[in-house]
Amino acid sequence: MQIIACVKRVPTTDAAVSVTPDGKGLVTDGLPYMISFYDEIALEQAVQTKEALGGEVTVLSLGPASGSKEIRECLAKGGDKAVVLTDDEWMTRDARATAKALVAEIEAQGADVVFMGKVATDRDNASVGPMVATYLGWACVTDVVALELGEGGGTAKVETEAGLETLEFSLPAVITTGKGLNEPRYAGLKGIMAAKKKPLEEKTPELEANQAMVASLAPPPPRKEGRLVSDVNELIDALRNEAQVL
Amino acid sequence: MDFGLTEELTLIRDTARDFAEGELMPRATRHDREAKIDPAVFDMLAELGMWGLTVPEEYGGAELGNLALAIVLEEINRACAATGVTVSVHNSLVCSPLVKYGTDEQKKRWLPKLASGEILGCYSLSEAGSGSDAAALKATATRDGDGWVLDGTKLWVTTAEQAGLVIVYMRTNAEVPKAKGITAFLVPTDSPGFKVGKKEIKTGLRGSSTCELIFEGVRVGDDAVLGEVDRGFPIALETLDGGRIGIGAQAIGIGQACLEASVRYAKEREQFGKTIGHFQAIQWKLADMSSRLEAARLKVREAAWLRDQGQPCGRQAAEAKFLASTTANFCADECLQIHGGAGYTDDFHVERLFRDARITEIYEGATDIQRLVIARHLLR
Ligand SMILES: Cc1cc2nc3c(=O)[nH]c(=O)nc-3n(C[C@H](O)[C@H](O)[C@H](O)COP(=O)(O)OP(=O)(O)OC[C@H]3O[C@@H](n4cnc5c(N)ncnc54)[C@H](O)[C@@H]3O)c2cc1C
Repeated sequence: MQIIACVKRVPTTDAAVSVTPDGKGLVTDGLPYMISFYDEIALEQAVQTKEALGGEVTVLSLGPASGSKEIRECLAKGGDKAVVLTDDEWMTRDARATAKALVAEIEAQGADVVFMGKVATDRDNASVGPMVATYLGWACVTDVVALELGEGGGTAKVETEAGLETLEFSLPAVITTGKGLNEPRYAGLKGIMAAKKKPLEEKTPELEANQAMVASLAPPPPRKEGRLVSDVNELIDALRNEAQVL
Repeated sequence: MDFGLTEELTLIRDTARDFAEGELMPRATRHDREAKIDPAVFDMLAELGMWGLTVPEEYGGAELGNLALAIVLEEINRACAATGVTVSVHNSLVCSPLVKYGTDEQKKRWLPKLASGEILGCYSLSEAGSGSDAAALKATATRDGDGWVLDGTKLWVTTAEQAGLVIVYMRTNAEVPKAKGITAFLVPTDSPGFKVGKKEIKTGLRGSSTCELIFEGVRVGDDAVLGEVDRGFPIALETLDGGRIGIGAQAIGIGQACLEASVRYAKEREQFGKTIGHFQAIQWKLADMSSRLEAARLKVREAAWLRDQGQPCGRQAAEAKFLASTTANFCADECLQIHGGAGYTDDFHVERLFRDARITEIYEGATDIQRLVIARHLLR
């Protein structure tokens, strides 16, 4: 089975981010990066699928040329090869242009199934997965928390507002992964050493112009300082009269 | 000159850090209180390949060097020093000398099992009467037919409780100067006549087992001799050069944990209407800790790098351990002070860090012995 795991390099979730003076982007100097949380789950699912059904896992990322450490890590965790579509503006590339670039590569590579995180933890759009499926004309199952996959198709449990929904789908498909689908593995030392020898190819993609523009970006207002109360009566009084939640 | 880590070393560090934060930090207090490392941790370390870090690929290891080991050990010890010393001893005091001095047969027999973590290793040099003066050891190996009979009691052996293999140093010749009549033996711990004796109750590092080893007529063949007969002591010392880098890295990990806890607390704890980080007295402590730690970390990495180049590193390893271990204790002391009464109770992990740091100035050569080694190099 040809399996593709799409991953995005994002600032670490505990990074202290600040907005650039023009109010349109993030200060990226010295920013620590990681693979987006849900993409790690996508990669793990891709590797588990290979382990169960055979085949090959290609790690695909639209990102900077300097981001190879994060991509190597994906190879250390079980990816067989990687393709980086180099784009130094990857963080501000809109969902549509990102999806189109990924689709061109997925079509060139050929695949039976594409895994990607349900949402990237930097911009929280949750759009690239469904867009990729749409442009490919494939089935799309989003926010999958349990999965059974066979040669021709599979069954997925997906998280919806109303609860868990069970869906059947046929391959090829794009599956976006949710929390709890699996427990991503650590990259072992042997995996890290083996990853050095796995192919990591950088390609220059054809990029369409953004259609969604960031008008302005602002940090959330600072939270008001907490207050310690001395007893339960004072707490109830504060909840009732100040916060007015009781 | 480049002070940064390579991409590979960065990945290795991140892996060790993720594992340490995810699996060891939540268990470290329990390891200390129960005087036992969770057996699941040994399996996880095996999965990660940590037991075979320095073992060549052909024997199932990751074939990484001392620098990678130092970086991994720093992360592991930042979370749990008991686990840290177990990994350090196994790699630097057991696998490394086997790789360096073992015959092909010995390597084939032991390295795959050690690298996979199927068995753990321990290193047994000290005795009741010989600590710093290690060459004064008295336990004996006596020639008997085509083999050897081992007798005597060894002391303070790290990982004794779990180990499947011990590299033990025995007197094989009493007629020559004491350092010239010692031989290293590879002894399986299921050998008849071998027993693990008393387990020490310790100030710190309580999760790691430290025990007496009793040899009562333990028979081994010539194939158990590591290196040459009567030439074991130089192996013991040369092995300790690597071990000291490992303990240096352990000390940096503990010191780093102290610094991080201190910074956190300085930002949180309020007295006299402000967080204590506003007081210059606290700021200076943090600045001293950070500067000394960074310097010692570079020294540890330099010594590790030298050893990976195959260059002599006796002085540098001793300096690294000396600087790192005294720094760890400095940091632990200041960290506890910054935490005040809360630091002295088990509300925080700070009191454990304080107790764990202490050992780094004692084993694999006490602080004064490091000074002695350094001075000997200088006055040579
Ligand atoms: C937790 C733990 C784990 C250990 N693990 C191992 C192990 O796995 N394998 C092993 O073989 N051993 C192990 N040891 C033993 C350890 O290496 C020794 O404790 C150490 O070498 C010091 O020896 P000693 O305790 O006999 O102290 P001593 O040698 O009696 O020293 C006492 C004091 O005198 C000082 N001193 C001694 N000689 C001199 C000198 N010439 N000049 C100046 N000062 C001097 C020392 O610095 C020290 O302060 C372990 C010990 C502990 C506590």
